[in-house]
Amino acid sequence: MTTAAERAATIFRRPAPEKGIWSWITTVDHKRIGVMYGYSAFIFFIIGGLEALLLRIHLSQAESNFLTAAEYNGLFTTHGVTMVFLVIMPMGAAFMNYLLPLMIGARDVAFPRLNALSYWIFLFGGLFLYSGILFSGMAAPIGVEGVSGNLDPSDITRLGALPDGGWFFYQPNASRDFSPGTAVDFAALGLQILGIASLISAVNFIVTIFNLRAKGMRLLRMPVFIWMSLVVAFLLLFSLPIIAIALFMVTFDRQFGTLFFDATGGGDPILWQHLFWLFGHPEVYILILPAMGIVSEILPVFSRKPLFGYAAVVFAGAGIGFLGFGVWAHHMFASGITPAAQAGFGIATMTIAVPTGVKIFNWLGTMWLGRIRLAPPMLFAIGFLAMFTIGGLSGVTHSIVPSDWQQTDTYYIVGHFHYVLFGGAIFGIFGGLYYWFPKFAGRMLNERLGKIHFWLWFIGFNMTFAPMHWLGFQGMIRRTWRYHPSLEFWNQIVSIGAFIIALGLVVFIFNWVRSRRHGPIAGMDPWDARTLEWSIPNPTPVHNFSTVPTVHGLDEFWHRKYGEDDEGRPVRKDDADSYVARLGEEGNDPAVPIHLPNPTYFPFLMAAGLPLIGYGIIFHTSAVGKALIAIGVLLSLSALMGWATEPLEEGHHGPVEAH
Amino acid sequence: MSESTAPPEDEEVAHHDEHESTGVENRKLGMWVFLSSEFLFFGALITNYLLYFGREFEQGPTPSEIYDIPFTSVSSFVLLMSSLTMVLAHNALTRRDQGATRTWLLATAMLGSVFLAGQVFEFTEFIVEYDMTLSTNPAASSFYVLTGFHGTHVAIGVIMLLSLFGLSKRLGGLSERQHLNLELVGLYWHFVDIIWIVIFTVVYLLTATSGG
Amino acid sequence: MVRSRSGRLLALAAAALFLGACSVIGIPDSPLNALDPKGPFARRIDDLFWPVFWVAVVVFVLVEGGFLLAAVLFRDRPGRKEPRQIHGNTRLEIIWTVIPIVILASIAVPTFKGVFELTECGQNSYPVEVIGHQWWFEYRYPEAGVQTANVMVIPAGREVCASMTSDDVIHNFWVPALNGKRYLVPGQTTLLRLQADEPGLYQGQCAEFCGLSHALMKAQVRAVTEDEFQTWLTAQLEPALQPAEGSPAAEGLTVFQNRCTQCHTATPFSSVGLENFYGPNLTHFMDRGVIAGAYKDYSRENLAAWLANPPGEKPGSYMPDLKLTQQEIDALIAFLETLQ
Repeated sequence: MTTAAERAATIFRRPAPEKGIWSWITTVDHKRIGVMYGYSAFIFFIIGGLEALLLRIHLSQAESNFLTAAEYNGLFTTHGVTMVFLVIMPMGAAFMNYLLPLMIGARDVAFPRLNALSYWIFLFGGLFLYSGILFSGMAAPIGVEGVSGNLDPSDITRLGALPDGGWFFYQPNASRDFSPGTAVDFAALGLQILGIASLISAVNFIVTIFNLRAKGMRLLRMPVFIWMSLVVAFLLLFSLPIIAIALFMVTFDRQFGTLFFDATGGGDPILWQHLFWLFGHPEVYILILPAMGIVSEILPVFSRKPLFGYAAVVFAGAGIGFLGFGVWAHHMFASGITPAAQAGFGIATMTIAVPTGVKIFNWLGTMWLGRIRLAPPMLFAIGFLAMFTIGGLSGVTHSIVPSDWQQTDTYYIVGHFHYVLFGGAIFGIFGGLYYWFPKFAGRMLNERLGKIHFWLWFIGFNMTFAPMHWLGFQGMIRRTWRYHPSLEFWNQIVSIGAFIIALGLVVFIFNWVRSRRHGPIAGMDPWDARTLEWSIPNPTPVHNFSTVPTVHGLDEFWHRKYGEDDEGRPVRKDDADSYVARLGEEGNDPAVPIHLPNPTYFPFLMAAGLPLIGYGIIFHTSAVGKALIAIGVLLSLSALMGWATEPLEEGHHGPVEAH
Repeated sequence: MSESTAPPEDEEVAHHDEHESTGVENRKLGMWVFLSSEFLFFGALITNYLLYFGREFEQGPTPSEIYDIPFTSVSSFVLLMSSLTMVLAHNALTRRDQGATRTWLLATAMLGSVFLAGQVFEFTEFIVEYDMTLSTNPAASSFYVLTGFHGTHVAIGVIMLLSLFGLSKRLGGLSERQHLNLELVGLYWHFVDIIWIVIFTVVYLLTATSGG
Repeated sequence: MVRSRSGRLLALAAAALFLGACSVIGIPDSPLNALDPKGPFARRIDDLFWPVFWVAVVVFVLVEGGFLLAAVLFRDRPGRKEPRQIHGNTRLEIIWTVIPIVILASIAVPTFKGVFELTECGQNSYPVEVIGHQWWFEYRYPEAGVQTANVMVIPAGREVCASMTSDDVIHNFWVPALNGKRYLVPGQTTLLRLQADEPGLYQGQCAEFCGLSHALMKAQVRAVTEDEFQTWLTAQLEPALQPAEGSPAAEGLTVFQNRCTQCHTATPFSSVGLENFYGPNLTHFMDRGVIAGAYKDYSRENLAAWLANPPGEKPGSYMPDLKLTQQEIDALIAFLETLQ
């Protein structure tokens, strides 16, 4: 019961909604936050995909006017930024949010309100970034010696005002002189806001993993997905500060006249590249490791064998994360860095291939001699293995430094990173969506539609991205509005493939929407799985575990269902079925009242202050801009004050009665 | 097979024997983790400054030519002393001496503010006397952004200290739960101080070319 | 549908082979083909790449084949027993850690050597300066005092050392037949070794996103014999000839002097100081065979379209729409055609 004093400490009445939109805005439940991340990321995936389709329609002709140069440049930039920061990262966050506590036997993350804050900052950051299109206008570069470029009036379009420069915004092209207007500022500040969200998540997940594991779950008994999440959190922790600094420097150069990257003032444009890639390379491991974790969970379940070489996979993952900080300049081989630096980074890059190979071989070893069920999660997992291997091999060819001088900035690179990020990360993520859908919805996704989706994607994906390798070697550069007519045939194949991918996604969406309401009921443990999250009912009860289990080894849940015979083959225990059934009943009906953190709107309010500050900085020369900065700061600070004086739990919230 | 446990409280250590844990309370561990990230934040800024420090520029002066080392030494000392008063505040709270806690909290905040005033004075000198602004050259840009961010961190720390002070004043003292909060603010404050020691040593002392 | 396990495997293998064949057959031969070296440096790169490529192919076949095999061989069938719960195998872990290390080490050594040997310019290389602008390449020959644009003329069979920088943003200079690419960074100098075995025309492009017309910023290298090269250098230093009185070219010269001399040097008619903003030097315009940053071949139609509306042809162009009349354009073209 709240005392008068405690109530006095909160300014407004504490919300306690259980349903409706307010329950989502004030939630601190990690599962709901994960779901919000997932749906938001999925919508951005559709947007980023539409951007890609526009690009591919344009590129199906060598000298197309479907898009103006400015529109084309803006779209490929936005497509990249969207897919990296607004799709793959938050999708990873969605899985980590939903699954972390479930897999380690906890009821929530260490800081539930901070968790909500992360989500709202992410959402506001993404919306802020995209809102730039409303406020930015097209402007020709101001150029050198005060002489500016010129625009044909027919080239001035709204879409042309999107920021251009690629997702890495090389300086000085993305500086005030060469990208006047506000488009780049929206991108830079938007990314800054998004970075804060990820940093907060990283702190949250690290503390959760270190402090909230169930009894007996020692670190080397954690599922691989948890390990990969831990490595990702540390990668975020150490790489985000660097990009934050870099983005501040760009923003200050553009807004306040600093000279960090201005060559005419003595600044160094290459410094931007170093700073960006010091973040950017760990970032790509941040993108792939969650999918590697997901695949490491799916393969054992659908091969009915434990993960081959668990310790090797874990240490290889950690090794990849660690080594990932030492290879950044392999994105800069042609930039004029010294031969010694190039050789060093080339060799460091080759080194990363070793732990990556170790993981791939161990995944193969998991499948080998297994009893393989080719359900959709498994299809996507195997698809991941196949596509990621190709991407990894092309990556090794990049480490042949002089050859990279031919490959870099061509479609060969575009092919490489789409193989690892789409064929790898996205395939893995979708495998996870099929696999964990029952946990979230209590129903199963349709298997036949899932297989159709997979094959459409497998065919479409390879049609789209395989030709890019030879297009690159035939001289098709990146970020090119026009290309040589001799390359038109294969560009058309690529474009057709892109539409096949789109078709596959439509199938998936249809499957998802239909199965949410009408899919077959999943019941308990539909996949006969191995890890703790399957030992509780589907859909997951709000309190997660009625009783937190004690863990005695890896794959705890599996070992409660199965013993082993003399040959080491699993034998289902006699009471396994009744045990699982009992878990289902108890899971929905906890014996003791469970207190859960109360909902709160302070995270939402605090997050809302940030885009206001962002708008204020962009328009800071006007009175409105200055006012917006003040309002934003005030809003965030007061929300922070309210939050700091509000207790995590008040009264009862959560399952008190039997359901 | 399994035991019944209450949900893990993020600010209580009472149940930590019920699950695998580092033994460090959640919020304290969280602060340490966050501060490790901040080390890289300032590391990048300091590296930036060092990269531009040795170069020649058309427009001067560079910060290293115009440092007033004696003055900055004094303000560094002030900040160092504020770490001492912070320790004393924590000490006082451990002894349950709420009055002393408030005194030392206020002292820390005031010393921090004096440091900030010193920074403002120094910047004003540089701009007005020597005409060194953000846009003079990249070394100047790096210097201002680095020390500016540090100053912002100090200012946030002062706000947190004053909040604790105000809370203690209003509620007649800090509760057991607020103990941890004071410790967290202390950790943050010491971190900010350590960063300043690094900045003062590397950025001021090691690169100063003028006599002071 | 094929039922037997081996039959299905064969079908899959055949499909893969067919697709692979399609891909090889369909490879176009574009002017920027990076797999057809025409000079020693590009050849050295080629020699580094192919062995690694074939190693990658072998790894690809083994690994992908492994996945395919596993998915087919160990597929769940009625009556199949539960699999033995194997947790790992230390010896295998060691093997598949050591073998990749060995393979990579053998790749690393020639890579290491290649980087150093391909970066430093040779002792007797001929120096050329490349300056990137939005959206054209400028070439200077310091030993001869020549300044030109769009086409880099070099002596065949001899190494050229390109020292490169940019006047504005980061660009990239790439002539795939001759060497890999290298950035052009404002405020810094980068080096690129170029050498063509035989005389000929080699296409190139800016490959680093540099603004609105990045896709239209092209480069050409024309390799000529040593004699032709010396002749060319001498000719480049000659001023243009005065057009005949009353000719259309003379009329064009007037237009040129009124509208173009702010940015374009054409000796002896105009001279723009290099400390100011400038466009390509036009003194020997017709020698190049390409116009407007080498993105279009020279033809009267192309030139007329360009002169009529530069920003319409190259978005963001620093050359504005001068609102020339058709008569002015015709006259200008007549004049420009005299700039041999």
